[in-house]
Amino acid sequence: MPSASTPIDWESLSLRFTFAAITAVAIVFLVGPSLIVILTSLTASQSLRFPPDGLSLRWYAALLKADQMQQAAWTSLVVAGWTTFLCATLGTPAALAIFRSHRLWARLFDLLFMSPLLLPALAFGFAALVFIYQLGLRPSIPFLILGHVIVCVPFVLRTTLAALSQLDHALLDASASLGASGWMTFRRVTLPLIGRGVGAGSFLAFMASFDNVPVSLFLADERTEVLPIHLWQQIETNLDVRTAAVSGVIVVITLLLMLVAERFAGLTSQMR
Amino acid sequence: MRDSDLRLVLPLGAIFAVCFAAPLAVLIALSFASDTTMRGLTLDHYVRFITDPFNYSILWNTLLLGVKATLLCLLFAYPIAWIANRARARWQAVLLFLVILPIMTSVVVRTFSWIVILGRQGLLNQVAMGLGLTAEPLRLLFTELGVVMVLAQVQMPLMVLPILTVMSKTDPNLADASRALGAGEWRTLWRVTLPLSLPGVIAGCILTYSASVTAFVTQTLIGGARLVYMPLHIYQQAIGANNWPFAAAISIIFMVAVLCVVALLNLLIRMTPANAER
Repeated sequence: MPSASTPIDWESLSLRFTFAAITAVAIVFLVGPSLIVILTSLTASQSLRFPPDGLSLRWYAALLKADQMQQAAWTSLVVAGWTTFLCATLGTPAALAIFRSHRLWARLFDLLFMSPLLLPALAFGFAALVFIYQLGLRPSIPFLILGHVIVCVPFVLRTTLAALSQLDHALLDASASLGASGWMTFRRVTLPLIGRGVGAGSFLAFMASFDNVPVSLFLADERTEVLPIHLWQQIETNLDVRTAAVSGVIVVITLLLMLVAERFAGLTSQMR
Repeated sequence: MRDSDLRLVLPLGAIFAVCFAAPLAVLIALSFASDTTMRGLTLDHYVRFITDPFNYSILWNTLLLGVKATLLCLLFAYPIAWIANRARARWQAVLLFLVILPIMTSVVVRTFSWIVILGRQGLLNQVAMGLGLTAEPLRLLFTELGVVMVLAQVQMPLMVLPILTVMSKTDPNLADASRALGAGEWRTLWRVTLPLSLPGVIAGCILTYSASVTAFVTQTLIGGARLVYMPLHIYQQAIGANNWPFAAAISIIFMVAVLCVVALLNLLIRMTPANAER
């Protein structure tokens, strides 16, 4: 019990200490694995052990010769690039309309566009494959991209809607009353104000697409193998240190991209 | 309604109609068809699921896996959100950055790093044997405990962010008032802060739960081939056994089951004290 006579508030301290301790454990739990995979990939030996037996960059050098892996990485980049472009260009206007309209259809569209986040993605991937076969077609890159758009667009919608809700309506009204057209207002007032939200959402969509397995599993064939599937099969069949080296590369690039996204789009504040 | 607003939604709406609603409709139709050519109308696949205990034990285990992962996640996420809410803006950003890091890193990569840690000669076993806690290496990989741990790590931001959002919007005067009236910190947490943050907790549970039950890569790589959950079951029936109508039926059952859990949790949000007075 806090009271004037006791200088130290033990109860307050105990709560703070408990929560800080749990948070500290959680941070080790969250960040540790990424650090360990990087250190493991620097091993000089053939085996995946931590701590590594000697340090070398040989497995990173081996990546330069891994043609299949490079091809898969390139495919993933192309798919994620197109997916992000489509998510941003289709998602931003949709978010704008959903935000502006208070009608029932806006709520229903919101629910529809968000539902891929809650539905099992693997079931959707399978449904898409069945649908493509029913149409007499075969899986291909354009279908893969469309499938990714469905599961990635909720990220753009979420962050854009959050940014819109912070928007000061007076600014839009001022722009309109000064004679700016709807497009002009959007281009010169709305977009600059919600740009960080759209940017953070696009970043999340890109990462989600680059990382997607459940949809790619069904919509990518042998010819169009994407990186996560390639790595997944590598880990399931023969675990070698090259996989750790790719993981190291991915962790470092992710970290750099996140820092850029944090700097320019305020990633952590946009995700809340 | 302004026509211009509807026009803005239509492109994405059209894509969702063709690439989302239509495939799901075909999936439902296929689940009632007797073969892949979509001829015949039958309930066989659903009957087969219901009458085979193996099938619904998979469904039950999957739904339960989600509960376990969500609870473990909550145990860590709530204190993180509480600390982040009180931290200065700069530290809050650093903390959130660390929390988001795992979910941003490729799922295969983060699962792979856990294989290095949990394996027979992995880091955890080395530490446990080095400290003399165990003579034999512990089996962590290919166990449900391992899957639950990895899922909790990966989905942490999905739990932390909604809780933090609600906490940061709650009037801090309420907690101050509780303390001023003589309630201690723990009591204030239990009687004031926690009830007020419940909508965030439940929203976090919805996201964590639906992500955990469908986490195919984590489930297969950490769980191995013997621990079968619904996503792997669907994949095996669709690609391995090439039994598309049955795979369609279990996909539908799985989706409906997950949506039921989500709907139930959504109902809970409305009953929380923060929303009850409205």
